[in-house]
Amino acid sequence: MSIEIRDVNKRFGDFVAVDNMNLSIGEGELTALLGPSGSGKTTLLRIIAGLEQQDSGRIHFYGEDTTDVHVSDRGVGFVFQHYALFRHMTVFENVAFGLTVKPRKERPSKEEIRERVMKVLKLVQLDWTAKRYPSQLSGGQRQRIALARALVIEPKVLLLDEPFGALDTKVRTELRRWLRRLHDEIHVTSVFVTHDQEEALEVSDRVVIMNQGRLEQQGTPEDIYDHPANAFVFDFLGNVNQFRAQVQQGQARVEGHALTQGSWPKDRNGEGLAYVRPYEVDVLKQPEGDDLLPATVELISIIGPTVRLELTAPGSEHLVHAEVPKSRFRPLGIQQGDQVWLRLNNSRVFLAGDVLPPVGS
Amino acid sequence: MQHSRGIGQTPWVRLTLISVGVVFSVLFLLAPVVFIFQRALESGVGFYVQTLLDPYTRHAIMLTLLVAVVTIPVNLIFGVALAWLVTRFEFTGRKVLMTLIDIPFAVSPVVAGLLYLLLYGNQGWIGSWLDDRDIQLMFAWPGLIMVTIFVTCPFVARELIPLMQQQGTSEEEAGLTLGASGWQVFRHITLPNVRWALLYGVILTNARAMGEFGAVSVISGSIRGQTNTLALHVELLAQDFNIVAAFVSASLLAFLALVTLVAKSLIEWRETRRQQQEEQTA
Repeated sequence: MSIEIRDVNKRFGDFVAVDNMNLSIGEGELTALLGPSGSGKTTLLRIIAGLEQQDSGRIHFYGEDTTDVHVSDRGVGFVFQHYALFRHMTVFENVAFGLTVKPRKERPSKEEIRERVMKVLKLVQLDWTAKRYPSQLSGGQRQRIALARALVIEPKVLLLDEPFGALDTKVRTELRRWLRRLHDEIHVTSVFVTHDQEEALEVSDRVVIMNQGRLEQQGTPEDIYDHPANAFVFDFLGNVNQFRAQVQQGQARVEGHALTQGSWPKDRNGEGLAYVRPYEVDVLKQPEGDDLLPATVELISIIGPTVRLELTAPGSEHLVHAEVPKSRFRPLGIQQGDQVWLRLNNSRVFLAGDVLPPVGS
Repeated sequence: MQHSRGIGQTPWVRLTLISVGVVFSVLFLLAPVVFIFQRALESGVGFYVQTLLDPYTRHAIMLTLLVAVVTIPVNLIFGVALAWLVTRFEFTGRKVLMTLIDIPFAVSPVVAGLLYLLLYGNQGWIGSWLDDRDIQLMFAWPGLIMVTIFVTCPFVARELIPLMQQQGTSEEEAGLTLGASGWQVFRHITLPNVRWALLYGVILTNARAMGEFGAVSVISGSIRGQTNTLALHVELLAQDFNIVAAFVSASLLAFLALVTLVAKSLIEWRETRRQQQEEQTA
């Protein structure tokens, strides 16, 4: 393990930012710290970097205790959300900074600095911008320079704080795929913070989900998406519908309609919530079976190849969202205001005691 | 010029406003300045130079320069340290400190001078203790410097604080993660980022330090050849009905003010151009 976080706590006044955090980050992996705002993910990242001092707990890099090592000696590369490039320096000077501030006996020669700077600039495909100033570059280019600046000192770990947060959607998507490919080339242990679940799932080797300063779940993106450990993770990883559900003798029901597919505790009885993703909701014109839930169509919006429906249904306090491919939706001939039937596939039922308060919905 | 018909954009309104503006500026701003130089030079360049070479005038000039030369570095260091403190650290009393910086702006300089007189004068709390040790601050050059420092101490800090707040700390943090020491971060990142605001603050400090009258007049005693600064010298000459000589000295102060204004405009012009460039390329 290359980064070990042991029993780390951090408070700001009454606010608990990081609550007894224990985490191991594997060597050469790209790990996403994912969570809603205020979940403590950025604070944790800054503690790893040494930019923030934890109240208690230790940080180890490659088995070495770095808790009391000053940020400038920790050997981390840090990339900020708003780039934090030195505005009065050229791109070359920015990237060279980490080498030129080294004490004289460790500092490489001028030629070596030039060589190493140009090498990382080539790596981020921006060697042609060396003589420009940060203000003359686009957001995406600035962030790649910031990355080059962090990489030139050959950091033990690379930490990125919402690296794509300030960019528009298209650039953001391009840049995160590019980061993934870059990481496959250089394999530096990396941790990046994001609140965007899509970004975390697409880019990372491992996802760590945080909420209210605590770790909720960690695993591979696929693992986490397919087997959310609890209701919070289920809710946070994408749009989800909630239905009031009862589990009796191994059978889960919503409003008396038995659920046929999905998972729920088989050995316990009680009230709970059934979670179903919008694309797992089938919309039918006719009641073809007794596992169907009646609903009324409130709104139909067509977004490219997908039709999104908002429905009201008994058992759900919120609007129910359903996503159906346009090719399948058209033949049904459903109009706004129609009475339809819903089949809930792959639902996941959490009993009342296990359900965490949903965030953001 | 855009001729859009906005609020009151009829030609005669525009004409009236422009005339009022021009007449006002000429009468109240330009005319006195021109008048100063005109009166100063009315007895010829020879007399002008001769007056400047008068020992008392020369002494006043040197004293004024001395006050400025000491005040500027002191307030430069104080201003930078204070701005650094209130923008880079969170501590209780931070807001109070930021309000305290403004005291010299809020208090009339005469009052400040009086306070210093009460505190450091021969009869004052600290002054009597110093007097026993034969140290005299009031009615001597150290006192002039002390009140000038007091009056001008907010200028540098006031210029730096908003800028440093707006720029935030992430560039400095980036510097730290790249292995720079605290001093290297200050020297290579913080200082270059605020250099124009710093220069601007120094220019303002300098202008005020040289032109300060109120506080200085209370504690100076206006002893010719000893504690008479240029601003005080002008008043003394005027009281002696030595009008032309008064104007000669006044013209020096006015000239310094003009230099300050030009320097300030140059910096502002440069800053706007830089911002425009940034907006264009962003």
